[in-house]
Amino acid sequence: MSQLVIKNLHISIGEKAIVKGFNLTIKQGEVHAIMGPNGTGKSTLAKAIAGHPDYTITGGDVQLDRKSILAMQPDERARSGLFLAFQYPSEIPGVSIANFLRAAVQARMAEGEELDAAGYYKRLYSKMDLLKIDRKFTARSVNEGFSGGEKKRCEILQMAMLEPRIALMDETDSGLDIDALRIVADGVNAMRSSPASPGIMLITHYQRLLDYIVPDFVHVMYDGRLVKSGDKSLALELEAKGYDWLKQQPATA
Amino acid sequence: MMTSVTTSADLTGSFTPAAFATHLERVKHLPAWWLDRKRAAYAQFAARPMPKRSDEGWRFSNLAGLTLDGFALPAAIRFDQMAHRELGVTGADHLVFANNRLVTRQALDTGAARNGIIFDTLQNALVKHSDLVKSHLLAHPSKLGSDKFAALHEAFLEDGAFIYVPKGVEAELPVAVFHYACGAGAAVFPHTLVIAESHAKITVADFFAGRPARTNTGLIAASNGVPLQSFACGGNDLYAGHGAHVTYIAMQDWSRETLSFQFNAIVARRDAKVLSLNLHAGARQARHESFSQLQAPGAHSDMLALTVAHGSQEFDQRTLQIHQAPNTSSNLLYKNALLDQAKTIFSGLIVVDPDAQKTDAYQSNRNLMLSDEAEANSLPGLEIQANDVRCTHGVTSTRIDRELEFYLESRGIRAAQAQELLVFGFFEEVLGRIENQQLHDSLTEIFRKKFKS
Ligand SMILES: Nc1ncnc2c1ncn2[C@@H]1O[C@H](COP(=O)(O)OP(=O)(O)OP(=O)(O)O)[C@@H](O)[C@H]1O
Ligand SMILES: [Mg+2]
Repeated sequence: MSQLVIKNLHISIGEKAIVKGFNLTIKQGEVHAIMGPNGTGKSTLAKAIAGHPDYTITGGDVQLDRKSILAMQPDERARSGLFLAFQYPSEIPGVSIANFLRAAVQARMAEGEELDAAGYYKRLYSKMDLLKIDRKFTARSVNEGFSGGEKKRCEILQMAMLEPRIALMDETDSGLDIDALRIVADGVNAMRSSPASPGIMLITHYQRLLDYIVPDFVHVMYDGRLVKSGDKSLALELEAKGYDWLKQQPATA
Repeated sequence: MMTSVTTSADLTGSFTPAAFATHLERVKHLPAWWLDRKRAAYAQFAARPMPKRSDEGWRFSNLAGLTLDGFALPAAIRFDQMAHRELGVTGADHLVFANNRLVTRQALDTGAARNGIIFDTLQNALVKHSDLVKSHLLAHPSKLGSDKFAALHEAFLEDGAFIYVPKGVEAELPVAVFHYACGAGAAVFPHTLVIAESHAKITVADFFAGRPARTNTGLIAASNGVPLQSFACGGNDLYAGHGAHVTYIAMQDWSRETLSFQFNAIVARRDAKVLSLNLHAGARQARHESFSQLQAPGAHSDMLALTVAHGSQEFDQRTLQIHQAPNTSSNLLYKNALLDQAKTIFSGLIVVDPDAQKTDAYQSNRNLMLSDEAEANSLPGLEIQANDVRCTHGVTSTRIDRELEFYLESRGIRAAQAQELLVFGFFEEVLGRIENQQLHDSLTEIFRKKFKS
């Protein structure tokens, strides 16, 4: 079983400290919901773990299966089993979804190994059907001109194809209509019930998603660190009380 | 004692009067009008000065690289002595030329011929369809600065492709023409002449490549580390009659030691549509001149080009869109990806004649800078004499977007592959215009290989 261990992580952008001593262990099969006010560092955390070059790790460590990933390039981290579903997925002109995903699948194959194209398309189409994405989308440029909801579904399609062991899902629910939320949640739950169920960090602002993807743990992030952890009932409490009562509390070690 | 006089050798380089006489001897069976034109062209070539720094049409160009010395009319070579790459379009007719001579063909015995389409060598056409050739071959001389080299092309043009599509005939498949320069020092003069009559439709693909010359036992030339230097001076004429559709695609893949010139002249008549797409990858220094004339209402010309520039390659592209009639349109999109210390020059001019009202002309040069040492020069220009027109031009130079790179890498795609995907994403806007899927895929694949090395 894989696990991602985030130890006392400090992250800066330029001179500005954003994440200030973040600790969390995510095991395969677990869902950890991360909630917290805007600008508190949730996306920074997720992107820095994925290796985004804009962020500097100024302290602490991130280990995947007991190995630090901080020296690895983003592509290496991804091939080690990490996946980031972006809050704001990029549009990539001229690169079709089919070619893009094929490149990602091929990057995971051993040198000299040939991709079975028929098998690849069969798998791609079955995942698309599951997520109710029109098959015609394979020929479209990645995210270009997609609606907000289509982009998020496309992120989940990629996750389903790449079968990560640890997935960081950043506000995958934002921009989804009620039906799409259901479809995406079903897709994620299908991955959870598979033998290779990923460990998931689920960043969200809304309790509603957690009705569909029921978390094992709920954490509150504030000013760059976790200030409270609990089970799914914590999310309901937040829904009722907001964040102010937590901002008063000193950070728990 | 040495005297310094300007000899004509300075102006002709390897293309001496003796070399011209040798060439004329080889084509003496061709019609007299053509031989006369060749003689006149040679005289013009020999008299014209080499381009000077002060010539507007040669701004930014590496003039020292234009030397005409060290080349020769190459010996004949057999088809089995060279490596030929297929077009990759099932059933497409083709002509293959090596060192200015036809070496093999697949033509005239397919459906194309039954429709009255003529796909033959220029030499055969000069004999059999003399008048037709006469009115279209090199009928629209370069106005972009290369008159000396265009004259050289005409003087030494030995053979090429002739494509004639009769009224109302639509060719189902593309036809392909291959030109190879084999062996060190080879000078080649390819030409493709396309005539599409009213409402005819045709797609033509030209391939230009260098090959080491070899026998069955091994390489003849360029085998001992000598670079495969060669000289290519080619042209094409594309004529689209009333309502005709002509698609012309060229892949320039000469050896990286080649000095290359290519001259393209497009004539679009009433409601005609011409799409020309030039893919540039080869040569040490490549000059490409493209000239569109929109002669009658409804005429349209798409002028597209893609370049991958490596090492110290120089790609020098000069274009002219002339709108001579009302309600004509043209759309130029030249995209360059520059690596290493490569250099590109784009100089484009849109001219709108006084009575060409409602002209819609567009010109765009986009450079993707993949190296800090590469250099992209752009000289867009407009010359508008009508008052009711829409003419726009734009130039951009950008780098790979780091955010996009990260997106791809976050999916496990390695940096080099991510860059390649993004570059071909940048190119797809142009490659996507190739309607024949097999041709699109085959050219994309060839171009991808060129990008990688
Ligand atoms: N590239 C950047 N340059 C400068 N500041 C940045 C950059 N990226 C993020 N920040 C800042 O870092 C802080 C944390 O941003 P982050 O996106 O991580 O917050 P978040 O918790 O994900 O918020 P939200 O809930 O709104 O998505 C914010 O103050 C933001 O403005
Ligand atoms: Mg965020």
